Amino acid sequence: MSRLNETNTKSAREIIARYPRPKSALIPLLHLSQEQNGYITREAMQHLGELVGVTSAEVYGTATFYEMFKFEPVGKYLINICRTMSCALMGANELMHHAEKKLGVNAGGTTSDGMFTLAHAECQAACTEAPTLQVNYRYRLRVTPTDLDNLIDNLRDNKLKDEFPPHGVLAKVQQVIPADRAVGAKDPEDVNESPAWLDGKAAL
Amino acid sequence: MSKTYVHAPGFVAGDRPKIVTSRFEFADSYTLERYLATDGYKGLRAALARPANEVHDDVKSATVLGRGGAGFPAGVKWGLTPQQVWPRYLVVNGDESEPGTYKDRLLMERDPHQLIEGCLIACYAAGLSQCFLYIRGEMAVAQERVAAALNEAYVAGYIGKNILGSKFSVDIILHWGAGAYVVGEETALIESLEGNRGMPRLKPPFFPAANGLYGQPTIVNNVETLANLPWLLNHGVAAYTAIGTKTSPGTRMVAVSGHVERPGVYEIINGTTTFRDLIYGPEFCGGIRNGNALKAFVPGGGSAPWFTPDQLDLPFEASQVGPAGSMLGSGAVMVMDETTDIPAAALTLTHFYAHESCGKCTPCREGGTWLERILRRVVDGDGTDADLQQLLEVGAMICPGAFPHAANEELGLKAVPFPYKMTTICFVGPSAFAPVHSALTLFRSEFEARVKKRVNIPVTAVGASA
Ligand SMILES: Cc1cc2nc3c(=O)[nH]c(=O)nc-3n(C[C@H](O)[C@H](O)[C@H](O)COP(=O)(O)O)c2cc1C
Ligand code: SF4
Ligand code: FES
Repeated sequence: MSRLNETNTKSAREIIARYPRPKSALIPLLHLSQEQNGYITREAMQHLGELVGVTSAEVYGTATFYEMFKFEPVGKYLINICRTMSCALMGANELMHHAEKKLGVNAGGTTSDGMFTLAHAECQAACTEAPTLQVNYRYRLRVTPTDLDNLIDNLRDNKLKDEFPPHGVLAKVQQVIPADRAVGAKDPEDVNESPAWLDGKAAL
Repeated sequence: MSKTYVHAPGFVAGDRPKIVTSRFEFADSYTLERYLATDGYKGLRAALARPANEVHDDVKSATVLGRGGAGFPAGVKWGLTPQQVWPRYLVVNGDESEPGTYKDRLLMERDPHQLIEGCLIACYAAGLSQCFLYIRGEMAVAQERVAAALNEAYVAGYIGKNILGSKFSVDIILHWGAGAYVVGEETALIESLEGNRGMPRLKPPFFPAANGLYGQPTIVNNVETLANLPWLLNHGVAAYTAIGTKTSPGTRMVAVSGHVERPGVYEIINGTTTFRDLIYGPEFCGGIRNGNALKAFVPGGGSAPWFTPDQLDLPFEASQVGPAGSMLGSGAVMVMDETTDIPAAALTLTHFYAHESCGKCTPCREGGTWLERILRRVVDGDGTDADLQQLLEVGAMICPGAFPHAANEELGLKAVPFPYKMTTICFVGPSAFAPVHSALTLFRSEFEARVKKRVNIPVTAVGASA
């Protein structure tokens, strides 16, 4: 059931073909699977292992290293409030307390309607715009408690669904390599020559 | 709704040279159309018109310093690949997660074609036959912008087979992570790109230039480093080195966050701009918020030992900041004013590095956690005098010997130069200690005021109130 569906299996094969070795595609494929199911399931890891030629234990090993992969359902909107230094200096702790009260859950918890998961996050590379948060990895900057209240109300009323796709959906634009332009990936074992343009003659 | 700043204030003011942020003022800066209208892909054409080794020589003579943290010159790094070993790869480090650092994401979101052009120039010059552009997992918009730009550039003939009709062919593959700070370390980045847990490898033998992705020679460069190349190739070495100093030419992006009037990301002139210019200058941050006094600042990202007002006149020049006891790192200045609770501020950073430890080395895995727990106890008011000593002893197990720190006139401290000795594979372990050591050295009285004095506790008090 939670193996990749047909369309995603096709995308997975395309992604795998871009790499000299199939296992390199594992993280992008885990994202694909999380996008399909909302979180990473055992069946999905089994399937990804089959696709890239490793055991499901190896897939599990990789997946559990990374913060973004979830192994149980999370809310439709994952709200990550940054708590690292620049944000802490600008009131991140107070913002988190406010969010906990507003949502009625502690950091790490999910609201009973399954709409929101609230979490602490580490530096989100927006430090000059502190305090910062991300909703499903999309930013809100210089967030005041009032901003946060409005944000949560609007998300609950489904008013921001274009800006914030459901948890698991990462980039809405994917790379597409036109077949007639692709150089193609080769196993490093099969390459022993220097690239053609290094022969000293000007290339243009 | 919260204000989404179109760009940090730094981009507007002043007529300083702009090498990497020149297009940020345009709303459509990320499109191919805008890029081509503003000198886009001219640097690539200039490169392709010459033999690869000459392009490599240009990057060497321009001394393009790495902007990812270590500041190693890119041209020299490219030359470290072993002769006649093929294929060689380019891995672009877009994992930006060092506390305080905010520049690579802007470069990817606002000017993805500039980065792509930089990747192409690097591949051409150093004979790299495939490029992997690794973007931090939590940056959805950067991934979208770069994906869209790659798609446009492939169709327009800038990437792929026989680029612009030449013999130069290379694929650029967009890859993205899934949340792990340590993956920004170059060997961990390579592990992650191979589909593994992102744990750093031991150097030697795993110097990427010799033994990197799939065991092949691999160049890892930061996003900002590569973003410099189109301008360099288009304007020439002399124009590049005319900006900044001999040892630190060009510009660099610096994010200034914390208690300043106008926090922002500023493209500053390398080597000559000082911390005072940046923090107090009217064209930059305009001073400390509310006219407050400056207490301390972190000069180069969360890993860097702290400075106090005594170091304000140092320029952005590694050869001066190192001996002064810290590093320029990834261009991230975090400013603390007089109201800052220093032990609590240090705790945010120590927590960060302890949390992000990959667990491979004991001093980092255990030591980082100890540092965090002891420091938390002190911050919460449950610590003792002995805890302060313990913090330094645990730190000495991660970094034996004198740990770098800044000079301080009032405290009669002399600078201990950067770098430190370490017992760990990568810098995450030492980074957990850096804020503790700086805070304790420079602001010990704040810790002492916080700890419980377990002396003269009357014996009768035990259980007496029950
Ligand atoms: C723990 C750790 C984290 C790092 N994170 C990053 C990062 O997020 N981005 C980056 O470009 N370099 C990072 N670096 C530095 C890289 O290892 C590497 O030196 C750099 O990407 C090389 O590029 P450059 O020579 O162009 O600077 C990190 C280093 C360490 C030790
Ligand atoms: S220092 Fe820490 S993060 Fe780095 S390799 Fe060792 S355990 Fe991992
Ligand atoms: S510290 Fe919060 S975004 Fe960097």
